[in-house]
Amino acid sequence: MSAGFVVEVEGLSVTFPGAQEVAAVRDLSFSLPEGGALALVGESGSGKSATAFALLGLHRGTGARVEGSLKVAGVDVGAASEAELRALRGAKAAMVFQDPLSSLDPYYAIGDQIAEVLRVHRKVSRRAARARAVEVLDRVGIPDAVRRSRSRPHEFSGGMRQRALIAMALACEPKLLIADEPTTALDVTVQAQILDLLHGLRREEGMGLLLVTHDVGVAAESVDEVLVMREGRAVERGPVAEVLAAPARTYTRTLLEAVPRLDAPLSRQPVAAGDPVLEAVGLRREFRQGRRTVTAVDDVSLTVGRGETLGIVGESGSGKTTLGRMLVGLLEPTSGQLRYGGTEKTSGVQMVFQDPVASLNPRRSIGEAIADPLRAAGERDEKVLRDRVRELLERVGLDPDRYDRYPHEFSGGQRQRVGIARALAPSPKLVVCDEPVSALDVTTQAQVIALLGELQRDLGLSLVFVAHDLAVVRQVSDRIAVMHRGRIVEQGTVAEVYGSPTEPYTKALLAAVPTLDPVLAAVRRAARRELVAA
Amino acid sequence: MTGFLLRRLGGAVFVLLSLSVFLYLVFYVAPGNVAQIACGPRCSPAQVAQVHEQLRLGDPLWLQYAHFVQGIFAGRDYSSGVGVLHCNAPCLGVSYQSDQQVTQLILNKLPVTGSLVIGAFALWLLLGVGTGVLSVWRRGRPTERVLTWLTLAGTATPVFVIGLLLIIVFCSTLQWLPFPTYVPFGENPEQWAWNLLLAWVSLAAIESAKYARLTRSSMLETLAEDHVRTFRAYGVSERALVGRHALRGAVAPVIALSALDFGSMFGGAVLTESLFGLPGLGRELVEAVKVVDLPVVVGMVLVTGFFVVLANAVADLLYAVADRRVVLS
Repeated sequence: MSAGFVVEVEGLSVTFPGAQEVAAVRDLSFSLPEGGALALVGESGSGKSATAFALLGLHRGTGARVEGSLKVAGVDVGAASEAELRALRGAKAAMVFQDPLSSLDPYYAIGDQIAEVLRVHRKVSRRAARARAVEVLDRVGIPDAVRRSRSRPHEFSGGMRQRALIAMALACEPKLLIADEPTTALDVTVQAQILDLLHGLRREEGMGLLLVTHDVGVAAESVDEVLVMREGRAVERGPVAEVLAAPARTYTRTLLEAVPRLDAPLSRQPVAAGDPVLEAVGLRREFRQGRRTVTAVDDVSLTVGRGETLGIVGESGSGKTTLGRMLVGLLEPTSGQLRYGGTEKTSGVQMVFQDPVASLNPRRSIGEAIADPLRAAGERDEKVLRDRVRELLERVGLDPDRYDRYPHEFSGGQRQRVGIARALAPSPKLVVCDEPVSALDVTTQAQVIALLGELQRDLGLSLVFVAHDLAVVRQVSDRIAVMHRGRIVEQGTVAEVYGSPTEPYTKALLAAVPTLDPVLAAVRRAARRELVAA
Repeated sequence: MTGFLLRRLGGAVFVLLSLSVFLYLVFYVAPGNVAQIACGPRCSPAQVAQVHEQLRLGDPLWLQYAHFVQGIFAGRDYSSGVGVLHCNAPCLGVSYQSDQQVTQLILNKLPVTGSLVIGAFALWLLLGVGTGVLSVWRRGRPTERVLTWLTLAGTATPVFVIGLLLIIVFCSTLQWLPFPTYVPFGENPEQWAWNLLLAWVSLAAIESAKYARLTRSSMLETLAEDHVRTFRAYGVSERALVGRHALRGAVAPVIALSALDFGSMFGGAVLTESLFGLPGLGRELVEAVKVVDLPVVVGMVLVTGFFVVLANAVADLLYAVADRRVVLS
């Protein structure tokens, strides 16, 4: 190993065998100096995670073919024996995974899991290992670490679990931390905390950081250098400020343009809202959990005018999805009234769901799926149905001849188009979209958002756009409602809510959104630190 | 916790009462003349009429059932023609054949079946889970293929084939063990164990195959989960992944299956009991069915039901201990 590098990758290729071989990574070379921070940025299928897994030799035994030279913390990963690999994993290079709930063993106490890892690598007593576990849990900011180390993962919140996973990574003082989408499953305010934690740890412990992420904003906040990947190849590499400010490659530019940002000029002309198509007054919904009653939505009143988009933002557990489901009549409110332009019937309201995979029946062709709401409305003439569905497919930018194809033959973005066509089928006045783009890559996301805007203009639709991503909501909405703990804490036009928020919660939410400007990110990080210290 | 136990107890009583109503209707009401059956084929019409009177078969159905339930909780009196016979609670009736009280009959047989089931249960858990773990640990190697083949053979072989083979080999040919008879534990614990050994082994051999497959499939499922990947990425050895993390995932399904098997074995180990000369509940039940000794049949089935319900309640408790995410409610 040439001195000073913790990762050296030369001509790495990872190929997954199968009926159709998939070349996940092709001829990739990069290096990471000791204590440096590099982000692998790319959309799904770009090979960034496959690269991260290769660094720890995790493709072994899976049938994947790994070629090229890989040196991590002085270990030649390709040539290392099983024992040498095990000695590398966790001790010299540790990995933090995406989903902190499924990444911890549900059956054992957090402290015991960390102690187990420690005892794999160091000859220490059970008691000493347990003490070290408490120490690292405390280090990553778990309050009351002695007691909490005895908790099991399900007793932790999402952010706490991710902290616990980072604590596990710290336990053996590795030289390299590999973080694979460490904040993707987390709320934006929690994401900011975790990124701040990683940043602080890196500075204080002198670890190298390899961050794998699809989110350019997360990279801008966290690293010195970025490597943009696409279809297994490196597109562009350079200091983060340079690449993000002046991308040299077209793909990087496309990617950056697709990222919704809070500082982009507003593209929407505020429309004068017509007569209300939806009025909700004092909506409330309770759920029973054993003997407890949880109020998911509490005293929510809102209106949506013709041709208008109301954006509803909130973090997980804020009640935004429950509200959305009540608005379309999928869920009965515990109390409160709903009126749809003079009637109480929900026939003019449709919904677009978050997960385009789960919300389509895999055993029904997409044409049938789109025809379903029409059949439900009583249409029986097959010719009429088929013509209407073909028209809708064309409308959402899909080939009408793919009527008889099944969902698995479509990409994520295309499936969401099918979901939109299905919602449009009965010619609704109002469409409620629940996180319609959060499962999609940014470039696909931008296309779907553009489609929704176009449809709204052409058909005079009203939209309710429910999402956690503040930048996306800003892009598509006329008015915004911010939800927190079941209530709407702030409501107003986009300019009001984003420009001069009045509620502390809205301010905190906006302050947590990653920016694409690394300099600004550093300033805001300092501001957050002061906020915490105060 | 206390609330859970109380609700569970209430549920168990409800299940057993429902079972008793069902049995009562099926066995006492449906087939022919109960008095004739109880009295025997050579009874004169006058004798049958007398029995009819003694068994109070003239009472309305609900009253007969009420007496039956009363017997279970408070005891009841029977007129035996010459005097009154008192049957203490829990009274499950009196055998038509031997005039013995059913409760006493069951209590006599219970230690025999209990000895068989508990020993075999311990053995099949050990054997089954052990085989499962071994086949996961050696997956993709010859050991796994041999074990898979053995478990398949175990599932497909009837217990009397294995049992007979064992008796022929160990008792007849090699003469290492006595031909099995039942020796009560209290009389001679060593002889008790030696005599039961072959019965335990043959029952366990069959049952453990099921457990091996269940353990194996649950463990493989857990091994594919994200948290196992985490520990693999932290240098934890394959042995610890299998033995600590994957095995833990198999605990809950094994408990669930054990509960069902353990309970139903109390009335269902007929073949093993007959083959190894064990005068247990299963054999008694078959005898009673053959001669239509209705009180005995009903009593036996109720007791078996009791063990199934009991085993399931215990399983639910163990579940909550094994997986802290389970909330008892």
